Amino acid sequence: MEKERERKFFTLCDREIKSVYTPADIQGMDYERDSGMPGEYPFTRGIHSNMYRGRLWTIRQIAGYGSPEATNQRYKYLLKMGQTGINYIEDQPTKMGFDSDHLMAEGEIGREGVPIDSLEDMEIAFDGIPLDKIGVTLVTNHHAIFAMYLVAAQKMGFNLNDLRGTIRNDPFTCLNGTKTSSYPPEAAVRLSVDIIEYCLENVPKFNSTSITGQHYREAGCTATQEIAFAFSSAMALTEAVIDRGIDVDRFAPTLSFFFDVQMDFFEEIAKFRAGRRLWARTMRERFKAKNPNSWKFRFAGQTAGSSLTAQQPENNVVRTTIQALASVLAGIQSLHTTSSDEVYALPTEKAVRTAVRTQQIIAYETGVINAVDPLGGSYFVEKLTNDMEKEMEEYLRKIEGMGNGSILKGMIRATEEGYFQREFYRSALEYQRAVEKGEKTIVSVNKFVVEEEPELEILKISLAFQEEKIRRLQELRARRDNVQLQKVLGTLKEAAATKKNIMPYVIEAVSLYATEGEIIMALQEVLGSWKETPILC
Amino acid sequence: MEKGKRIKVLVAKPGLDGHDRGARVVAMSLRDAGMEVIYSGLHQTSEQIIATAIQEDVDVIGLSMLSGAHDVIVPKFMELLKKSKKDNVVVVVGGTIPPIDIPALKSLGLKEIFGPGTPTGKIIEFIKENVA
Repeated sequence: MEKERERKFFTLCDREIKSVYTPADIQGMDYERDSGMPGEYPFTRGIHSNMYRGRLWTIRQIAGYGSPEATNQRYKYLLKMGQTGINYIEDQPTKMGFDSDHLMAEGEIGREGVPIDSLEDMEIAFDGIPLDKIGVTLVTNHHAIFAMYLVAAQKMGFNLNDLRGTIRNDPFTCLNGTKTSSYPPEAAVRLSVDIIEYCLENVPKFNSTSITGQHYREAGCTATQEIAFAFSSAMALTEAVIDRGIDVDRFAPTLSFFFDVQMDFFEEIAKFRAGRRLWARTMRERFKAKNPNSWKFRFAGQTAGSSLTAQQPENNVVRTTIQALASVLAGIQSLHTTSSDEVYALPTEKAVRTAVRTQQIIAYETGVINAVDPLGGSYFVEKLTNDMEKEMEEYLRKIEGMGNGSILKGMIRATEEGYFQREFYRSALEYQRAVEKGEKTIVSVNKFVVEEEPELEILKISLAFQEEKIRRLQELRARRDNVQLQKVLGTLKEAAATKKNIMPYVIEAVSLYATEGEIIMALQEVLGSWKETPILC
Repeated sequence: MEKGKRIKVLVAKPGLDGHDRGARVVAMSLRDAGMEVIYSGLHQTSEQIIATAIQEDVDVIGLSMLSGAHDVIVPKFMELLKKSKKDNVVVVVGGTIPPIDIPALKSLGLKEIFGPGTPTGKIIEFIKENVA
């Protein structure tokens, strides 16, 4: 054997890689059973027979900042640049269920997303957007926000039957990932099922759940854990949906996922291929789903924010390009490419344009879209796919074990006992140590370092608007029919207490210009609230 | 600092920012370097952080901020801290603070700002040197 630079070679997630892979590594693999043609069970090679030859993935940049007006402008700008879907994100007070005049919202309005207090803000944010033609992803778990979107769309003249899009509605990522859950685990799951049930009956083209592994990965977990924990969340929710009396084949085709795409090229591609096969088998064998659309692992992705460097930030365009290419070779359905300046702040127009162009260059110049699953059949990629699927299954068994056979109970227990915190931050610490020891390389951080002040234009969020936002909110509170609103909030609380689906009551409340904070406070009076107990591992 | 006394650090997340990977990795690294570390958890007000700092009698407060709200939250925090009986504590900030914002923040009396990519070893060294 010729001399090698290092004694051993590892992936980003510490998987040891051999120098070469051969047919011996995939011995026993059966093409029909384990790969199958694209568009056929178990979908390892892709969920559509012709993939991007039929339709490209959706270019969908997460956007929202400053004010509803600025956000509306950004949506229109992105569409003009050739973006093909909208990805709404709310600011941190909105995510946490605080109105803009809440004490905790001070300094936070519009920093990390769009501030939405009431229907009025939602109407401004989506003004002039063809909501029946453009699919909109709502990165939110809040019934109030979803209700405002639905009412705003109807006021704009759209029919609920025609609205296309996806709402995140993942209780477990709010509990363990973003840590923004307004409610304790059991109540959070029940309220998620309310959204699912409401969509199935009233907004049929809207996907009611986008289970999210992305936050877990950015927090530090491994590639296989990312998929496994998203799957355990999706399986838990599926259990809850079935408990509600909804047929799995009604719900599962509306379920999708959202993941991070990190730097290790083949590990990321194998992660998604393994995910497709495992999800298909899980839905068919465990949940006995009969509709082929229930077996399909549909996923959106975001190139990894945590892989960006503040040092020599122009290199981030290269990182994003490589991650975007991996996403496409893995058969992604929708992609956000992170802008080079997001290491410091939300992106400027110029930086986000480059991010959109990155996807367009891959789609229109490279030819990688011509053949479906071009890496299928690679001994190395197939072996990685097989190994990663096995690891994912082990995590699923572990969580199922925590719930004595119920994944739902296992997820709730794992959440309450801090299992995820320990898994995420232990591996985050290990990674940091490996970087500091030089065992893992980050170009411009621990190798090829240049002493210089980075030159970077940063998007500034106007502080003046924060005051304006509070003024508008207070005017709204004075103007609306508060007597009627209090009555409706009372019936909402009753519905929450009696286990009725709360969505119709929330819709009635937001139509009367109830604020998000008021609705969440009313629900918390009945259902309680949640705060993570931090554990340092 | 008395000989043999362990340095005590409060790692805190002010405001609504949910990005806690950095704060936790720094907290665990300081602990593993022999310091006594308290991690506040998420969503703390400046008042809560200062009250914890007083109650625990810490030598250092590390504020972790990745939300962009540092230009409002840090000045308010420093003002409250100066009015408290804990104004001798060493304050450092970590997170995604754009270089353009650093001079204004430093002028408020905080000791150092650690940006993305800072090795934890550098933070440990800085704390050891600056806790008298």
